[in-house]
Amino acid sequence: MLGDEPHPPYERPQLSKDMLAAADKPVAYIKQASAWNDLDVKLETSAPVTDCDAGRRTVATADGRVFAFDRLLVATGTRPRRLAQLESCGLEVQYLRNVEDALRFRQSIQGKARIVIVGGGVIGLEAACAAAKHGCQVTVIESEQRLLARAFPAVVSDLVAAKHRSHDVTFRLGATVSGTTPNGLRLSDGTEIAADLVLVGIGVEPVATVAERLGLPAAGGIAVDSCGRTAAPEVFCAGDAALQWSRCHGRAIRVETWANAQNQAIAVAANMIGEPRDYNDPPWFWTDQYDLNIQVAGDMLDSDHILRGDVASGKFSVIAMRGSDIVGALSVNSAKEMAMLRRVIAAARRPARSDLESPAYDLRAALK
Amino acid sequence: MAETVILCAADDVVEGEIKQAPLPDGSNVALYRVEDLIYATADMCTHGEASLSLEGILNGKIVECTFHFGTFDVTTGLPTGMPCEIPLKTYPVSIVDGNVQIEV
Repeated sequence: MLGDEPHPPYERPQLSKDMLAAADKPVAYIKQASAWNDLDVKLETSAPVTDCDAGRRTVATADGRVFAFDRLLVATGTRPRRLAQLESCGLEVQYLRNVEDALRFRQSIQGKARIVIVGGGVIGLEAACAAAKHGCQVTVIESEQRLLARAFPAVVSDLVAAKHRSHDVTFRLGATVSGTTPNGLRLSDGTEIAADLVLVGIGVEPVATVAERLGLPAAGGIAVDSCGRTAAPEVFCAGDAALQWSRCHGRAIRVETWANAQNQAIAVAANMIGEPRDYNDPPWFWTDQYDLNIQVAGDMLDSDHILRGDVASGKFSVIAMRGSDIVGALSVNSAKEMAMLRRVIAAARRPARSDLESPAYDLRAALK
Repeated sequence: MAETVILCAADDVVEGEIKQAPLPDGSNVALYRVEDLIYATADMCTHGEASLSLEGILNGKIVECTFHFGTFDVTTGLPTGMPCEIPLKTYPVSIVDGNVQIEV
């Protein structure tokens, strides 16, 4: 297992959650280095792959070592989209993708700084939550007219915004960064914001070096079939970089979630060792912001929404339907309901719409 | 030395549901009824900080933690689905005078 980071494998949710919540929280690794050894996995950290030879079936690391393979798994993940024009203007510009990023941002929010976050998605909002809790003056700039527009229905966007505002976070919606000022940013609406630090969370792009050396198109992700096979013989791909068919979305997408990183990898590894297995889990992720635990399965966009429960109670869920298909679900502080909804979606069950609209309807009935 | 703790009436442990019961040390156990036998495990998922009795779902003998959807076999405590890799502690259960008691 070759990786460019100096760390053994770790899970990324902690980078925007636990590690930002407390100044002394250490990074949690999936296994200690010795445990990989016990599994007969040879772990090479700080070993970026810089070249591949599809014909000879070798990969080479930056320090000149060459590794032969019978089968290769490309799990190179993504890197943050940058706002390069900000980086040369003397502003402190940060991103949040790896352990070092999290440690740096955590240090920065200890000093009650003026933090501007570009991007009102999950990463930006979890970072905003951490900074606000540390007493920073936080402004979030989002180009859409509402938060989390890529994944959430408006009712939940509004709930999240209200929760942040109650913690003194300021939003600039429908605005983008147009330039810098001597002490901050200028926005597309002409206003200026002072900033000690700008955190950019405007999405990610696949790390494509390895795939491109193998002759695989990778700009929008590395295309795989349901077994994780790429177009190159004996080369597989899993995780954030894999472009895979999603039944819920009705198109191929990259799935940038913890659950996909785990479960697609398990399925693809089985295929690589000759145990055929299709992977078609609906995408699922969660976000924690203040006292809100929000989970999303499948696709919430371009669909009819059924509300279950009472928004004002702070515990409810939203089911997304296209025709008679359930294509997505979102839960707010209702993890058990989501556990059922996730199964209903995965099994492509079609309970009657009138049942779903009834709060008394037990979702377990849809799984029988 | 093992200590016997009486937890609740056996009838309070219902098939398909998970019953939480406190231990003297302040932690909790989760009780399950599977094919008419009662099993006891630690209540806290070994992966995340989630209570199986409050947040878990029982299907047959498999409990799913809804925090990260990892699973365990409640009759053995063994993990059956990622990301759970560490077994749940289990406790020997006996029914005495209609009450559930375990050895801790």
